[in-house]
Amino acid sequence: MKLNNYILTCQQIFKSYRMGATRLDVLKGIDLNIAKGEFVAIKGASGSGKSTLMHILGALDKPDKGGVFFEDKNLSAFSGRKINEFRNKKIGFVFQFYHLLDELTVLQNVLIAPMVQSGTIGWLLHSAKVKKTARQLLGELGLSDRTEHRPYQLSGGERQRVAIARALINQPDIILADEPTGNLDSKTGNDILKVFEKLHSAGQTIVMVTHDDRIAEKASRIIRLADGRIASA
Amino acid sequence: MYDVILPLKLFKSSRLTILAVAAVAVCVFVVIVVMTVMNGLVVDFIDKNHTFFSDCIISTDSLVGFGRYDEFITSLRSCDFVDSVSPVINTFGLVKSDSSGKSAALSLMGIVLDSHTKTTDFAQSLYYRKDNPSLAFSPSYNPQLQGCVIGVDLLVERDQWGQYRQMPYLPRWSYGITCFPLTPKGTLVKTGTMVSANTGTFYYSDNSNSGLAKIDSTVVYLPFEKLQSLTGMDIGPKRTSAIFIKFKKGFNSDKSIEKTAALWKDFVARTPDPVVSDLFKTVNVQDFRSYRRESIAPMEKEQLMLLLLFLLVGLITVFIIFVIFYMIVGAKSRDIGILKSVGASRIGIMRVFLRYAILTGLVGAAVGIAGALIFLDNINGLENWLYVKFGFQMWNREIYAIGEIPSQPGFALPIEIAAAAVVACLLGAMFPTIRAARQNCVDILRVNQI
Repeated sequence: MKLNNYILTCQQIFKSYRMGATRLDVLKGIDLNIAKGEFVAIKGASGSGKSTLMHILGALDKPDKGGVFFEDKNLSAFSGRKINEFRNKKIGFVFQFYHLLDELTVLQNVLIAPMVQSGTIGWLLHSAKVKKTARQLLGELGLSDRTEHRPYQLSGGERQRVAIARALINQPDIILADEPTGNLDSKTGNDILKVFEKLHSAGQTIVMVTHDDRIAEKASRIIRLADGRIASA
Repeated sequence: MYDVILPLKLFKSSRLTILAVAAVAVCVFVVIVVMTVMNGLVVDFIDKNHTFFSDCIISTDSLVGFGRYDEFITSLRSCDFVDSVSPVINTFGLVKSDSSGKSAALSLMGIVLDSHTKTTDFAQSLYYRKDNPSLAFSPSYNPQLQGCVIGVDLLVERDQWGQYRQMPYLPRWSYGITCFPLTPKGTLVKTGTMVSANTGTFYYSDNSNSGLAKIDSTVVYLPFEKLQSLTGMDIGPKRTSAIFIKFKKGFNSDKSIEKTAALWKDFVARTPDPVVSDLFKTVNVQDFRSYRRESIAPMEKEQLMLLLLFLLVGLITVFIIFVIFYMIVGAKSRDIGILKSVGASRIGIMRVFLRYAILTGLVGAAVGIAGALIFLDNINGLENWLYVKFGFQMWNREIYAIGEIPSQPGFALPIEIAAAAVVACLLGAMFPTIRAARQNCVDILRVNQI
């Protein structure tokens, strides 16, 4: 059954966590549609459930109840292998704390997603082409002279740009960004935001979690979460 | 490909890796060194027994011996699997040094030099007549005299390095050797009512260093026929205590022993003389291991104990690796979350950590093997240095019959130990790896975000 033309759809998502004997209801029936090419900001106070929602959208977590549909396909029906493939090819994550692998260089960090996608032989056959794309991407993000550096040798803004490059390398359908400027000063945060705006203008679908009004205003649509429910959209 | 690159990167960058490699290296080092030394001693001991007692021994414990041995030896010599055969008399006697006047009850071994040196490595054990063993019973100062070869530890002392202080010339020492002859029925030969005793004088013609401490400190070798006469084994049917048999190369030892036993059984069945056949009842056909089981079995048991102890070392290695990998997985949980967020599977995560464990095992084993080989190569020099500097000696050479500490681990042992080390690493890393693969990436990333 074709639901609609949305790229990502949530229907009555419920999610709760157990903290000892207490049950914490984080999401209480979220309905959400994201169209292709949209830049959606999910806004809310701390503990409102915005990160949990983003994890569910990116198939990092499963809802207790309700369904998440990607191009009309229910993610809960996906096998483990399919879910991994979905995360690898369709989604690009950008985290607040960059989450780069310290042991790898900037270039290798960007290449990690294509590496996961291809086997050893496949990688040996196609690595030259992928590396070229990665270098190009890093160049576009102003990191062409940093490709062989390690994450600890970079500034916060540079690290986040590496994380963005990593999210983009497999040309995902959606970028899910969880407070991407939350750990940066305002100038660097603005630079990162400009990157997202540029990506959006190039047609990239972006879902960004933030609690900052100033950043949320850059999005084409703002969804406000309060107490596990959508307060306004 | 990430599961190839990441193990290498983790291996190079994690400080815990150094601990894991060191733990594996130390275990490999200890196992190789101890097994080389202990196995070397056991193998050397077994080998010396083999070359001293030949491949197969037909023997009796009875001092009376058994007869018709020469007929059986003749039939054995015609067998295609037999290289050489030699009769041996094992008995006891009173040996009195004419120069010092001291007496001792010692083991006497009567041998036929020509055949015995072909059947065993007796010739190699001689000092003065090594190059001409057929003259071992001919004292160099007067070949006409009746000679005897004496176990090296009965005459010659050793220095602190274990080297015998052999005299450059053969001293003219004579010994009175007395035996109490036995009849074929096992009774003492009497002259009237007196027990008869046969005494002969033998001149020191050489000493024998078999490397078997108990043999070298208790045995005096005499010409076969002379001892046969002293023990009364030439009365009635001529008798011997044992027949040593060396098989031809290329023939399976166990099968050759079976054939020999069958031939012996057949030979016994064809002997109607009751006096002779009664003596056959105590005769056994066995290989050198069975013949020397009282000496070899305890050492083999020690070897087994050692193996069990090393199994414990292996378990300790597994435990150490488990603890270290548990710590590594804990420290790398954020990386696991990142990998999962870019689509890495559980199997993929497991491959990363298991390959890391294999790498740890291989490098640890390589370091341990290299260390062990260097140490073993210098173990004797090191022991000498310790002795010169501090007076410490692992085995007092004046007591133990060890020339040098065995230091050749061979080719197979290091490879086997390396393989065991890798398996131990895999086992130790298995649980932490499964735990890593099953971690929920949301939990990991959230924890690492706080």
